[in-house]
Order: sequence, then C-alpha cells, then structure tokens
Amino acid sequence: MSTPRVFLVDDHQLFLAGVRAELGEAVDVVGAASDVDAAIEMIREREPEVVLVDVHMPAGGGARVIGEVLRTHPDVQFLALSVSDAPEDVIATIRAGARGYVTKTIAPDDLVAAIESVRAGDAVFSPRLAGFVLDAFAGAAPPATDPELEQLTPREREVLRLIARGYAYKEVARDLGISVKTVETHVSSVLRKLQLSSRHQLARWATDRRLI
Amino acid sequence: MPPGGPGRDHRRVNGLQLRLTRADFTRPAEGRVVAGVAAGLANAFGLDANVVRCGFVVLTVASGVGVLLYGIAWALMPAAAVDAPVAPRGNADVVATIAFGTVVLGVLLAVRALGLWPGDVIVWPLVAAMVGLALLAMRSAPAEGETPAALPPWPLLDRLPPDTADALAVLVGTRRGAIARVVAGALCVAAGVVAFVVTADSWHALRSAFIAMAAVLVGIALVIGPGLSRLAHALVAERRDRIRADERAEMAAHLHDSVLQTLALVQRRADDPREVVRLARMQERELRGWLLDPSAPAGEQAAAASVGVALEQIAAEIEDERGVPVEVVRVRDCPTAGMEPLLLAAREAILNAVQHSGAGRASVYLEVEPDRTTIFVRDRGHGFDTAHVSDDRGGITNSIVGRMTRAGGRAEVRSTIGEGTEVELVLPRPNGNGSS
Repeated sequence: MSTPRVFLVDDHQLFLAGVRAELGEAVDVVGAASDVDAAIEMIREREPEVVLVDVHMPAGGGARVIGEVLRTHPDVQFLALSVSDAPEDVIATIRAGARGYVTKTIAPDDLVAAIESVRAGDAVFSPRLAGFVLDAFAGAAPPATDPELEQLTPREREVLRLIARGYAYKEVARDLGISVKTVETHVSSVLRKLQLSSRHQLARWATDRRLI
Repeated sequence: MPPGGPGRDHRRVNGLQLRLTRADFTRPAEGRVVAGVAAGLANAFGLDANVVRCGFVVLTVASGVGVLLYGIAWALMPAAAVDAPVAPRGNADVVATIAFGTVVLGVLLAVRALGLWPGDVIVWPLVAAMVGLALLAMRSAPAEGETPAALPPWPLLDRLPPDTADALAVLVGTRRGAIARVVAGALCVAAGVVAFVVTADSWHALRSAFIAMAAVLVGIALVIGPGLSRLAHALVAERRDRIRADERAEMAAHLHDSVLQTLALVQRRADDPREVVRLARMQERELRGWLLDPSAPAGEQAAAASVGVALEQIAAEIEDERGVPVEVVRVRDCPTAGMEPLLLAAREAILNAVQHSGAGRASVYLEVEPDRTTIFVRDRGHGFDTAHVSDDRGGITNSIVGRMTRAGGRAEVRSTIGEGTEVELVLPRPNGNGSS
C-alpha cells in the first residue's frame, strides 16, 4: 500500500510542526491548517485520505471541520487527536463523523498505525475513548424506534472493556478467541451506534458522570 | 497600589512623631540662583525649584514678606555638601497644579503692575478663595488605569511614621481624600470671603464682597457638581478594575508558581528525557485540574470524594515519583467509603507495574457496577512466572491478594513472560443492591 495522504488541522503551530516531524516518511502530509475555515477549504481542495483533526479549536472546533467536509467529500476519513479529556468534546467529535480518537501523547508508531486503520475504514478506539463509550452506554436503553442502536451487545462490551484495560486489538482477539477482523467489526459497529444513537445520555452524560 | 508602596522604606521610620531635621533643609551647591534657598526647599518638598522661586517673587511683590522669609530660610538652612544627592523631582501632576496657581498669581501681578491693583486687603482674601477653588478643581478621582493612592515621591514622606504616611496616601488618592480636598477648598473660599468682608471698610467693598461670594458659590457649584458624579463613576470603575486586577494577579501568580517553574526545570533537565516527561505530565495534570476547578487546592491534597478521583491521585503520585506514565480510564464512579482496601491494593499493583515490569507505561482501568467495583492494572513489561513467586515477595501476597481477601474481595494476577502482567482487583460494594 502506498503511504497515506494526510492532512493536519490544529490551531497550535508548534504541535503541527511536531506531528509533521514525528510522522516523517511514514505518511505523505499534503497540507496543514490552523483554523476551521481554512481547513475546510484546503481539505476540499486537496482531498487527503486521512485528516488528523484537533478537537478544540475556535469557531466550531474539529466537529465543524468534520461535518462540513463530510457533507461534500464523504470519502475523507477523520481521526481526532486531542489533549482534551472532556468526554463531551470527544463524543461530539466522534458523532460528527470521526473514525476514532487518540490523545496527543500517543507514540509516533501507534499514531501511524492508527492512521492506517482509519484509512482502511476501521475505527480507532483508544482506551480512554472505550471508557467514555462504556460509560455513555451504561444504564437502561431509552425507548427508541431502533433498539439495536441504543444498546451495546455483551460482546461489544467485552471488546470495549479489554480496549479500555489497555489491550491492543490483537490481544483482544486472542483473549476472546476471535479474529482481529472480528474485533474490528465489533469496534466499527460500536462506532456506528455511537454516531447514530439517539440516546439522550450521549449528549449530557458527560456532565453528570454519576456515582452509583 | 497599597499605601507605602515602592519608593518608601518604612524601616527608616520608627518614631511616631514627625522627624524632620535641619539636614532635610539644605541649600544645594548646584542649581542656585541667589543663595540656593528656593532650590533647597524644592528638594525637600520634591517640587520644581522654579515654582518655589515664583512663590517667593509673588510674596515679595504682594507684600514684601517674600524677602523676609527668604532671609530667615537662608539663615536657617545650612549649605549642602557638594556631592549630596539631589532628591527626585516631584510628581508631575502636583507640579502642574502649582504651576497653574503660579500663572494665575503672575496674571494678578501683571494686573497690579498696570495700576489696576485694588489693594492688598482685597487681594489676599481673593488669593485664599482662588486657592480654595484650585483645590476644588483638582481631579477628585484617578483616571482609568492610574494607580489610585500613589504618593508623590517626596523625601519628606519618608520621614513620616508609617501610619501617618498611610493616612496621607489614603487622603490623597481616595474618596476620603477627595472629600477632604473639597472641604479644604470650601474652607479656603469661605476664609477668603470672610476676610474680605471683615477687612472691607466701605459699604461699596462689602457689596463687592457679596458679589464675589456669589460668584465663588456659583463656581463651587459648577466645580463640585460634575466632580461628584465623576467620583461615583470612578469609584465603581475602580472597584471593578481592582477585582479584575486581583483575578489577573491570581492567575499570573499561579502560572508563575506552576508553569514557569516547570518550564525552567524542563530546560535544566533537558538531558534526561524521562525526567522531562515526568515534569511535563505533572504540570499538565496540575494545570488541567486548575483550569477545570480553580478553587481546588493545587497540591491535590483535598481528600478524594470518589474512588475514581482517589485512583487518579494515586496514579499521579506514582507517576511523579517514578517518572513512568500511568494512564487511568474510568467507567462510572462511586464514593470511597468502604473502598479503601481496593485503593490500597491498586496502589501496590501500580507500584509493582511501574517498578518491576520494565514497561514504559502502565494502564489502569476502573469500572464501577452496582454490585462491585473492579480495577485492572496492566503493564506490557517482561512479566514473571506466577507459579514461582516466592512467598517472601510480600508485595503481591500480602498487600494485594491478602488485603483483597481480607476485605471480602479477590485479586488475581496474570502474567506472561515477555508480554506483561495484569492484576485484577474486585471488591463487592457495600449496600450493593443495584440502586444507582
């Protein structure tokens, strides 16, 4: 496979330069933007395969970049990259259409691997994101037209739990006695539920991560 | 600025009375015009020498008193040593005010020279009235952005006892100061008018006095009216600015104590990547906590209310001590009550992962379910053979497994050589009846 064409969006120039240097030859960085509007315009123009997007930015943040670009260019894949630990921001970015979320402290090799996964259409769940999702989908499902979307299957829960515990997909597969491909299918299914679910908790659960 | 701000050293003052010595009034060697009296007085009071000279000239022209005073001062003031330091110039604002007064007096003198002088009996009360008006016209509150209670750097002020100096500062720059000024101005005006009336010997003069008094009263009304409303506005603005400044100062102090210190440390430890990472993570955590909840104590010393918070504190502590990142993922949370053994065991497990596994990081996962709380501690270190752990490895047997068993829970250690170790800790929740 050729090296992925990657676009970077971050309002911190220093961080842009750092990521660019870290990724080095592993990917083809076709451009970078440091504000939302410039990013939308440049991504539409250059049509990268994967966009690394910061969650926190003025004028709408990563969620707006994702939403706007996907409207006209549905093939572009987004990977959220952030220092933000605030669950509501992360979930909002995923619901806008990002294929995954990793923190900025991720090791360069892991970041390249995550870019490859996202490019292939898979979801990338960091332990933290897995924890957020488990938390968000806790409790009883709300009455909904499509109950499928509102609840995680026991298997999906198991997969997420292992990811949250720090397991790589490969280790999850071995632990559960399934193939890596199946793990990826489960994770993608969770991502879809996360994006399409109408669970009202998703919108506000973050603010009241309740004590039980 | 608080009273007694920069520029004044209270340690020099220990008595409670005004300590003025003759040494304060010396005639400098340089900058003399006649005998240096004016320059010496100007130094002592922090004024421009020309202002003092004008004063002498005016007093001389008006009644001859100026020459007499100059002579007395000359006699009393010793000549200064050649290299004696020259006091700094006074506050420009004060100088400007006095200069204005001097110009007014100069105009009066010109009038006198032209032969229109009505006589000293009338002039002195008029001068008093005008001084009063000048006092009234002085700015009653500091303009935006100016320090409210800064005292002019007069050397004399250094000689005042702190209490008196502070009181002066308050008087000069605050509402009470403004009121005092208004009162003083009004008194001057009144004194001038009264002197006028008392000394005037003809009905004609008396009538002039009434006219003058009426003019003065109108003037006062004109001066005070806008001043009062300005004063009220200025007080509100001052209060708002002070609150804003306080917030800013608090943030600046915090950033200085935390971020800047850490950045300095990072630069000094640049050759030790592990230490740099440790410092950066510690600072990140601290700053994040402060941004999310500024009222929380910076040192995270507050007792943790929930297991999740306590666990993050434990992880942070170990991270700081050992320089190995510990990532905590939480799914739901519960109060710490009854969960102490779990937290202690988790602490031991994290320490083991960080100290003995050789891994570059450790993952901690907390999940709270209605009936139990589970913690996983995982590392990707070199692992060990769990079947061959000798009993003297008290860390695992006592601190972890034993503790959990005694508390009614369980602990399980899974390790694969070359792949890492995972410790699972499970503790049933007290009153774990599923209520949420």
